[in-house]
Amino acid sequence: MKITRVRKSVIAIAAGALLLSGCSSSDSESAGGAYAGPVKDTPGTINVLAWPGYAEDGSTDPNVDWVTPFEKETGCTVNVKTYGTSDEAVQLMQSGGYDVVSASGDASLRLIFGGDLQPVNLDLIPNYADVFDNLKDRPWNTIDGANYGVPHGRGANVLQYTIDKVKPAPDSWSVVWEPNSPLKGKITAYDSAIYIADAAVYLMSTKPELGITDPYALDQTQFDAAMALLKQQKPLVAEYWADYTKYVAAVQAGSIVAGTSWQVIANVLNGEKATVGAVKPKEGATGWSDTWMISKNTESIDCAYKWLNWIISPATNAQAAEYFGEAPANSKACALTASKTHCESYHAEETDYWSNVYYWKTPTEECLDGRTDVKCIPYAEWVKAWSSFRNS
Amino acid sequence: MTNTRRYFHSHVKARIAALLSLPIAWLGVLYIGSLAALFITSIWKIDTFTSKVVREFTLSNFIDVLTDKAYFNVTMRTVGVAIAVTIICAVLAIPMAFFIARVAKPKSRPVLIALVITPLWASYLVKIYAWRTMMAPDSGFLNWLISPLGLSSPGFGMVAVIIGLSYLWLPYMVLPIYAGMEKLPDSIIDASADLGAKPGRTFLKVILPITWPAIIAGSLFTFSLSLGDYITVQILGGTFQMLGNVVYQNFALNLPFAAAVALIPVIVMFIYLGSVRKTGALDNL
Repeated sequence: MKITRVRKSVIAIAAGALLLSGCSSSDSESAGGAYAGPVKDTPGTINVLAWPGYAEDGSTDPNVDWVTPFEKETGCTVNVKTYGTSDEAVQLMQSGGYDVVSASGDASLRLIFGGDLQPVNLDLIPNYADVFDNLKDRPWNTIDGANYGVPHGRGANVLQYTIDKVKPAPDSWSVVWEPNSPLKGKITAYDSAIYIADAAVYLMSTKPELGITDPYALDQTQFDAAMALLKQQKPLVAEYWADYTKYVAAVQAGSIVAGTSWQVIANVLNGEKATVGAVKPKEGATGWSDTWMISKNTESIDCAYKWLNWIISPATNAQAAEYFGEAPANSKACALTASKTHCESYHAEETDYWSNVYYWKTPTEECLDGRTDVKCIPYAEWVKAWSSFRNS
Repeated sequence: MTNTRRYFHSHVKARIAALLSLPIAWLGVLYIGSLAALFITSIWKIDTFTSKVVREFTLSNFIDVLTDKAYFNVTMRTVGVAIAVTIICAVLAIPMAFFIARVAKPKSRPVLIALVITPLWASYLVKIYAWRTMMAPDSGFLNWLISPLGLSSPGFGMVAVIIGLSYLWLPYMVLPIYAGMEKLPDSIIDASADLGAKPGRTFLKVILPITWPAIIAGSLFTFSLSLGDYITVQILGGTFQMLGNVVYQNFALNLPFAAAVALIPVIVMFIYLGSVRKTGALDNL
């Protein structure tokens, strides 16, 4: 009898919890116009959502700090929160409370269309003039002529190989995709749905009859071909990676000898002696290009604009790009890096290098390559297919 | 103060309510409530572009889980791993617990028990990364150890996951079995011997049946902990995946789908508890 009574109250409480969770709802508004300016000296606080290494305030390493000088110069207070994946960034921005965010191309569109951001008036950001032209007005930061932020830096997802184990040095992704690869069982691949685009990049040159022009705009046939390629690759793969420290350890232990990577990982591995090579193969590569963006609901608009101008200033951009290991967005940053070869090793100034780097974008049903006769596979379907593929 | 005391003294129901409110809040809000929230989330949709949860009813998450063969396979693999880990832990733990409880000198028992639980003092991640180093194909310790026998390390995959999880959860199996065996009266074992049973027969026919509830208790830990694990799988599994990994991969992008997948281990545990209950093992806990 007592049990029944207890059970009843449990049910009542559970029902209450349901009601509570059902009541709260978030509503998104449509994007408004950009800030007219001028940027005033209003003191304020901004909450910054950033990739690790993008907004260092000395808490990781006391010598790495470009947030404190900003606070001193502007009188704005900065709180930094870092995130690990684009998907986490989107989730945190949607939950609110952040004023500016450094978003990769696969997050930026979701945020813009989700109504979380506001257009940016670039006239109020003097340092924007020095940004490399091939980063301006790109589909991941500009929608219908409205700019949604300022570029921070970019990198390519390179093919990394262990020098003594992979001979001759590869110049093609074929070593990671073809079933007869001599490196079978020692390959790695990136553990995210966005990696489907890497398969599409390879198909662009090996199966031109599919007609892929943008690896993020895949119709059903093209998408199926990319998934088939991934299935063909699976027996070759030792591990899929998402955590880069684990990747570094696996390469050092020799259980992985080749696969997609970031320049910064190769640099870590080559810290003492050159053990790995990193190339952008002849087929081209996927990559990332990050943009600083402003939340629609910010209460510190002046501080947010000052932050955007500060973070892409030549000196700060040089510091941040060098610390993270990527190509800076500001053309004047190259002269200010501590290592004089930084821009060279990250190909910052070589326009040709970037011409076949396909920056991460969020695939949408409306084809990003402009085709209107077919429907493309949206990112949610990529995620579903990836999840099913990884567990099959 | 005295008023309150007098009030609770004369009002039995109020006394019970005050006593039970905290455990019921725990059970109701934190446990049942979160399970209910999980279920509710699993019948919602998402905006396919922004990944925002849309509070509209749909069964598509369940349909996806049930119709895609990959998720049936991953469920079977996960249950298989959990069963394998449980059996390995039981096989290792029964003789260990028997030795500690019945063979070792009473003085040394606390030391032995402390030794069994020392692995729990170290961080989970440290232990699993240590296993990663040991299990590494070609260069690992295990490979070095068994290569003279003409064998090679299985590398990262299902076998490595089973070994890693068995190592992690072994103390949770040893402790309840030890407690069960310690309670065993000497007279029963003596009686069995007096009636002519050899030690092996005594173990199988007397000790094992009496300690069965303790083994089941241990198996509840090893089975449920294995069922939900995803970190060990990430580190030791190579390309191998379990249910926890499906949830982990989907929670940020498709929360309702992740919730639907997360209900699978809950259902499996209900089935497990139900079948265990039928054996009567839970009555003695």
